[in-house]
Amino acid sequence: MKIKKGWYALFTAPLMIMFTIIVIIPFFKGMGYSLVSWDGLAKSEKVFVGVSNYTKIFSDKQFLTSIVRTTAFTLITVVIVNVLALIFAVLVTTKLKVRNVARTMLFLPYLIGGLILGYIWQYVLGDAMSALGEMTGLTNVFFNWLVDKDMAFCAMILVSMWQMAGYMMIVYIAGLEAISDDVIEAAQVDGAGFWRTIMNIKLPLIMSSITICLFLTLSNCFKIYDVNVSLTGGGPNNATEMVSMNIFNEIFTKSHFGYGQAKAIVFFVIIALITLIQVKVTGDKEVSA
Amino acid sequence: MKKNPVGKVIINILVILFCCIYLFPVYMVIVNAFKSRAELYENIFALPSSLTLTYFQGALKKMDFIMAFKNSLIVTIVAVLIIVVLSAMTAWMFVRSRNKLSKILYNMLILTMLIPFQTIMMPLMQEMNQFGKLFGIPFKDSLGGLIFMYVGFGAGMGVFLFHGFIKSSVPVSLEEAAIIDGCNIWQLFWRIVFPILKSITVTVIILDVIWIWNDYLLPSLTLTSIKNKTIPLAMSLFFGQYNIEWNMAMAALTFTIIPVIIFYLLCQKHIIKGVAAGAVKG
Repeated sequence: MKIKKGWYALFTAPLMIMFTIIVIIPFFKGMGYSLVSWDGLAKSEKVFVGVSNYTKIFSDKQFLTSIVRTTAFTLITVVIVNVLALIFAVLVTTKLKVRNVARTMLFLPYLIGGLILGYIWQYVLGDAMSALGEMTGLTNVFFNWLVDKDMAFCAMILVSMWQMAGYMMIVYIAGLEAISDDVIEAAQVDGAGFWRTIMNIKLPLIMSSITICLFLTLSNCFKIYDVNVSLTGGGPNNATEMVSMNIFNEIFTKSHFGYGQAKAIVFFVIIALITLIQVKVTGDKEVSA
Repeated sequence: MKKNPVGKVIINILVILFCCIYLFPVYMVIVNAFKSRAELYENIFALPSSLTLTYFQGALKKMDFIMAFKNSLIVTIVAVLIIVVLSAMTAWMFVRSRNKLSKILYNMLILTMLIPFQTIMMPLMQEMNQFGKLFGIPFKDSLGGLIFMYVGFGAGMGVFLFHGFIKSSVPVSLEEAAIIDGCNIWQLFWRIVFPILKSITVTVIILDVIWIWNDYLLPSLTLTSIKNKTIPLAMSLFFGQYNIEWNMAMAALTFTIIPVIIFYLLCQKHIIKGVAAGAVKG
């Protein structure tokens, strides 16, 4: 089919122009900003400092800590979310009568959105927990989690798990339902029990779902911001500040526009590397039947 | 386990019980919104003994919920509409034209999906400030400007999903027949192609609605005046106050959750299907 250039432009130009203005230009301009020292005010001068913004990152303890913290948070959460989501998915693809209701209920948290979820849990893990402690007298278990630095970190994991497990469950369900009944029946005829069917048949066959879920949870966790803002605000004492929040604060709170932008570029490189490596590694393990 | 009816009933009950515990935080928010102050401190887990609506009225007023809801609705609907229309058109052109430019642009759209928002937020805000001065229309602190930015950010995902669908499920022969019958390209797209894209369109709509409705960071950077704030922004202002009055906070949270639950129950099938399809193809 031959299409005239005029039609081509009419169909593609509006979106491509908007996309270029919103994503492409700022991305390249950002690289420029990362080489200057600037406080963000239009009247102040941007002083060119070269790559010193980047070298400064290596001695920025708070930023490095936030990277380590975010990495730990991501690893733990990715494992928990995916194990939980797989269990949920296996549960609601059985012949249980309540499977549809269960599916509906477990998926709900994902729709509420990170910021609102954080506020809900701020109440549950803060005030409600301390109230529970007073009621039961067990104050060493039931206390305001959000004022303790380790428990606040656990709270971040708990809430992220709550947000994402249902979402990943949906993806795993799609994978499990795509396995044909013949394969499962053949395995059962050959004497495979419940566990063997899951471990040796179902898991290898949903490897592509696992790739997708790992990819999604990995990048979602590493980029986490909304829950961080609403649940802990980075506190207590910066103990739960993740990378996204550190970058935001560097730029907009401390007004280090150039230095913050350098961090943002490093952040992009890390995200891009993680996702590319991950897709490559898990992509190799896929099996088809 | 398979032939024991009692065991089956017990498993069913256990699963439902687990789901109820799973959603306990939502229950607590809604229940405590109806309690009086004294009752809230007495027992935070029990059902309310009487329905106190004062806190709902208070929250409605304090966070100006109606205004925030209206803004969220406008931004979400208009942005999603534009994303769907423009990315469907673009994706179709990319698939059918099969030239080098299309390939380059398409790959660019996909690759930039890796860029985290934090990497472009600051330069984007600077650029929007400059645009505002240059054209004399507000790109920042206006719903129109916010919608414009959402379209730019939604382009990658939209084109990607439509592209995949068109490539695999829209027959070229059908289009050629329409051309022979005298359709021009515009008519061909809207009368023949777009109706076939229905299922993937629903997927794109669902994914973008969930994203834009709940998005916080972008509106927090662009919208500054009270009359423009969206629901997540209104909530953050509400919780940012000195001393949070929990009853009212619960009422405010209930207001924000209820529309989501209603939307979910109404289009549950589409939502679950759309999210699964979006993730699998993404």
